[in-house]
Amino acid sequence: MLEVRSLRKAFGPLVAVDEVSFAVLPGKMTGLLGPNGAGKTTTVSMIAGLIAPDRGQVLIGGQVLSGDTDAKKRKIGLVPQDLALYDELTARDNLRFFGALYDLSGDALESAMASALKLVGLADRARDRVKTFSGGMKRRLNLAAGLLHDPDVLLLDEPTVGVDPQSRNAIFDNLEELKRRGKALLYTTHYMEEAERLADRIVVIDRGRVVADDTLAGLHATVAPNVPGGPVSLETVFLTLTGRSLRD
Amino acid sequence: MSATAFLAMVRKDLQLFFSDRRSVIVSFAVPIFIGAFIGSLTNDMGNSSRPMRVKVAIADLDNSDISKAVIASAQGDSNLTITVATAEEAREQVRKGSIVAAVIIPKDFGEKAGNAFFRGADVKKPELAVLFDPSRAMEAGMVRGVLAQHVMQSVAQSVFSPGSASNFAQRGLEQIERSDMNPDQKRLLRDMLTSVQRFYNQNGSSATQRPSAGLFSMPYTVHEEEVTSGQRIPYNGYAHAFAGMGIQFLLFAALNLGIEMLLERQRGMWKRLRSAPISRYTLLAARATSATIVSLMTLLVSFGFAMLVFKVRIQGSVLGFALVAISCSTMAATFGLLVAAVGNTPGTARGVSTLVVLVMVMVGGAWVPTFVFPEWMQRLTVVVPVRWAVDGLDATTWRGLPLSSAIAPTLALLGFTVLFGLITVTRFRWEEA
Repeated sequence: MLEVRSLRKAFGPLVAVDEVSFAVLPGKMTGLLGPNGAGKTTTVSMIAGLIAPDRGQVLIGGQVLSGDTDAKKRKIGLVPQDLALYDELTARDNLRFFGALYDLSGDALESAMASALKLVGLADRARDRVKTFSGGMKRRLNLAAGLLHDPDVLLLDEPTVGVDPQSRNAIFDNLEELKRRGKALLYTTHYMEEAERLADRIVVIDRGRVVADDTLAGLHATVAPNVPGGPVSLETVFLTLTGRSLRD
Repeated sequence: MSATAFLAMVRKDLQLFFSDRRSVIVSFAVPIFIGAFIGSLTNDMGNSSRPMRVKVAIADLDNSDISKAVIASAQGDSNLTITVATAEEAREQVRKGSIVAAVIIPKDFGEKAGNAFFRGADVKKPELAVLFDPSRAMEAGMVRGVLAQHVMQSVAQSVFSPGSASNFAQRGLEQIERSDMNPDQKRLLRDMLTSVQRFYNQNGSSATQRPSAGLFSMPYTVHEEEVTSGQRIPYNGYAHAFAGMGIQFLLFAALNLGIEMLLERQRGMWKRLRSAPISRYTLLAARATSATIVSLMTLLVSFGFAMLVFKVRIQGSVLGFALVAISCSTMAATFGLLVAAVGNTPGTARGVSTLVVLVMVMVGGAWVPTFVFPEWMQRLTVVVPVRWAVDGLDATTWRGLPLSSAIAPTLALLGFTVLFGLITVTRFRWEEA
């Protein structure tokens, strides 16, 4: 569903992303992992059309994504790391606005809002202002806003930052449900246990380059095959691949 | 361009604007309050039925007929409020700022002024001391001019009055004889003064009957008329005050729009907006549209209040007023976008753009009329959009000018709109890494 081919992006002399390629299949989640400054956000930004790559392509359903107004952007939903919501508006008004950005209106918009709010468990708070929500509720609404237009590909940039375990589990349940619905999910996170639990495939990126792209089992087999005491954690695999030196 | 997305963005901005009631109240009430305050000051200044009277004290050390006549004449002047004081009291009042100026008529002023009347440079002239408050130099200048009129009139009347004309003429003849002026000049002056003596000697009885009229008087009288939109339509200072304050707060509201856009960038909102299949121009155009609507509402609410409460009227072209108001609002909206385009962070953008707005409203005539500025600055203000906006609103309200008077301000403001818009489009930081 989502295919990234040889993406490259430089900011002046700094090459942020270099020859990054990977794919995300329908009904699967790919975890995009990497230390701070590795190029994860730049990669996601290029996929979402926020920045133009210097080189390479993003393909949605086999077709190249190009330009701000490319209709294929409707197939992508972005759930940014920041809580991109208007605190002064109600949950419904926020969703109505974000839905309209994708040309949703009337019954289609109402139905999409109801479905998204139900999925994230906020149907009973739909008419409350977002500023009255807890951090976890805002995170769930943030997710709902990315789902309104029923995208085939969902880009999730650290969607569980700063939420309590209950909200995190609720978000995980939502993501599992989305996988069941056949959505292709790209999930960036620093929480290794989240990737271990949810991701079907792991892409590790470091210094702008893909250093590993495999299933969890495959990573264990290739990176740390002979560790005594059974399989090691994903964190150990990650540190083996990217090193222990601080990056910021 | 998707109409659904465009309208949703405009509606969302308006929803956000009206959701913060305190902000709405401030946006509408503050320009009304400040406009009313400034209008109450300037309206009194311009109201012909209650002319602005400058307070002046006169200390009469001479106590002559001429000095008394000067005081009486000045007391009858509608531009002045004259009090008689001692020299020390007068000086102290000026020092305290309770009066604008004080005039000290020295001893023997009347005698010396009468003698100097015919003799120009040859005779030491009496010195009239004018003490003035340096912070009110403009009013002091007015006092000097008005005073010159009363002194000239009083001295002339005294010199040529039946009782004293012959004496002044005789003394003048004596001084002429003693002077070293050339014979031709002496002869001409002698002829004139002799004629004056002869006139009063021959017409003494009839001239005495009209002593106050004298032979000479000021050769003109002044008819003062405010030039407003029409006869018997008084100047309404609130019109200018509300125009100035309205524009000032439009710009501040626009500045807040720009800051809000920068904050949205910080909060990651632009990532979500840009990830939607919407063109950059639609995003900016929607913002410009909502900001224009808010600006226009602010201006119209301010003027609506001024019309209801302070009887401000659009004495000129209503269409012209609408054109200026709309173009002013589009200018303010694109100014807000410009702030977002060139500002790095909300903090720095707020500081710099607040300064820019204050300078624009100051030199653009929103606070005080531009004529008080040096000429070079008055010429410079044509590059400030506020100047055009104030001129346009003034023209269509209290000046009562036709549609043609609104064309140049409208075009200038639309020009600024295009300029700000172009800079925004070229400088806006689109990439959201």
